[in-house]
Amino acid sequence: MTDGGPVFLTFLLAAVTTVLLLLVGTPLAWWLAHTRSRAKPIIEAITALPLVLPPTVLGFYLLILFSPNAPFGGFWVTLTGSTLAFSFTGLVIASMLYSLPFMVQPLQTAFEQIGREPLEAAATLGASPRDVFFSVAAPMALRGFLTASVLTFAHTIGEFGVVLMVGGNIPGRTKVISIAVYEHVETLNYAEAHMLSGGLLLFSFAVLVTVYALNRKAPLNVG
Amino acid sequence: MSDDAVLSFRFRLSHGAFQVALAHDMRLAGITALFGHSGSGKTTVLRVLAGLESRADGHIAFDGAVWQGEQPRRSFVPPHERAVGYVFQDARLFPHLTVAGNLAFAESRSRNRAAVSNFETVVGRFDLEPLLERRPESLSGGELQRVAVARALLARPRLLLMDEPLSALDTPRKAEILPYIARLPEQFGVPVIYVTHSVDEVAYLADEMIVLSKGRKVADGPVGETLARLDLGPATGRFEAGVVLKATVVGHDTEYRLTRLDLGGAQIEVPMLDAAPGARVRMRLRARDVILATKRPEQLSSRNIIEGRIVEVVEEPSTPFAETLVEIPGGLIRARLTRRSVADLGIAPGVAVFALVKSISLVGGIIAVKS
Repeated sequence: MTDGGPVFLTFLLAAVTTVLLLLVGTPLAWWLAHTRSRAKPIIEAITALPLVLPPTVLGFYLLILFSPNAPFGGFWVTLTGSTLAFSFTGLVIASMLYSLPFMVQPLQTAFEQIGREPLEAAATLGASPRDVFFSVAAPMALRGFLTASVLTFAHTIGEFGVVLMVGGNIPGRTKVISIAVYEHVETLNYAEAHMLSGGLLLFSFAVLVTVYALNRKAPLNVG
Repeated sequence: MSDDAVLSFRFRLSHGAFQVALAHDMRLAGITALFGHSGSGKTTVLRVLAGLESRADGHIAFDGAVWQGEQPRRSFVPPHERAVGYVFQDARLFPHLTVAGNLAFAESRSRNRAAVSNFETVVGRFDLEPLLERRPESLSGGELQRVAVARALLARPRLLLMDEPLSALDTPRKAEILPYIARLPEQFGVPVIYVTHSVDEVAYLADEMIVLSKGRKVADGPVGETLARLDLGPATGRFEAGVVLKATVVGHDTEYRLTRLDLGGAQIEVPMLDAAPGARVRMRLRARDVILATKRPEQLSSRNIIEGRIVEVVEEPSTPFAETLVEIPGGLIRARLTRRSVADLGIAPGVAVFALVKSISLVGGIIAVKS
């Protein structure tokens, strides 16, 4: 991670965050869609917190959590020999928390729309719960997966506050596009700022058009 | 044919204030109807048997295997390990797969059992060839249910549970699918438990029946005897009450388009059937379509007059009506009269009567041709 400009770093961060959030967010969304537990509203609220909290608040708590003097940060140092704060790994963890609702909420909605009916039908045909998920639920929720992934990716690319708090501005490690724009403006380097900002604007617009187009098309057919 | 597996269950399940509690042992052969009005708990029973209601307390054993138990500790076999097939009221085909994909889904997960059904056989028996590449959203209600039944069979269940599979269909579509269902036990060697609130469907399909009311079993036994029971009025429904008679085709009157049937002593005429002499048929005779006389009537348009003897009379105190059970050669029939007629004619157990059946009324019940 010693080379590569802010653009490369930004897209790498977004890609890693999206993949990891797919792995973490899918079971969480599945649980939220099907649980009868009384803890559900509490977990839903925690999942949605990043939507309402100022990024600086999230970043502040993460910094404290990442501190080598805190249990988690200390454990990480003994495990890997380096601290999480101001590192790419720290940024990934921060981005995953920051973008969590953008992954979980579309997936939860998609799973809830499927309902229990097709899942029960699959079970009575001899499909195990795991088989039911991969053969019925996942293909039926394909559009939800696409929406969730695109939104997570795009949202991670646009983050600023959390990155600034947790990652700082280390070229090649934590200096992503939004930070670079901030720096260019601070140093009155408007040409560079324009290029990065314009690029991000166009990219975000294209992503949102994709999402809305996905949501209005006829049901996706696979198989 | 079926090896007559035994299913025994006793369980209890509460949905808020409504509780279903049922205990029953049955030797599974042919089609058993689980009959009752909506809200009687029929669907719940099927769901418990299939393992779709994990909150039910009780014991379920099928052919020596315990599906659910309380002793020595709570055990619960999940639905995918129970080897039951389930045909849902709403078909529930997978919308992301074609008809062929839905069928293949089931076949590739079929329980290891001597192959009675394979893909081509099932597709052929249910006439699904033209539908294979279609998507579920483009199918009619009748087609959906045919695919759903075929799909359930391809998973090779040892017990097939059917939850009102015809309730969403109109009468012609029902008539189109009933024969497919009637042949299931014979063609695929699988016993069927069939949930319905339709006496017609019970009469057409089932050999045995269990009557449910308010979450409890109120009767069980052979269809003919159970439908003839007068004490089950509230559960079987007065308007639809009647009996199922088995008969043999004697011959046809082609000029007047009539078929003569033998009920086992008594003979009646019905609108002409598409069945050869000697064929066995089942028909439903509703209590409200039978008139009783104490003397042999003459000069009557009704041609079906059957001699019999009153077995039982049940008066319904707060209504004008009384139900009677009449023994005729070869079986029992029910007749619904006014209490006033019962009093005027002196109808009581032991009295000899003539039962008049309007031949046209037999058309109302479905007539099943069994070879």
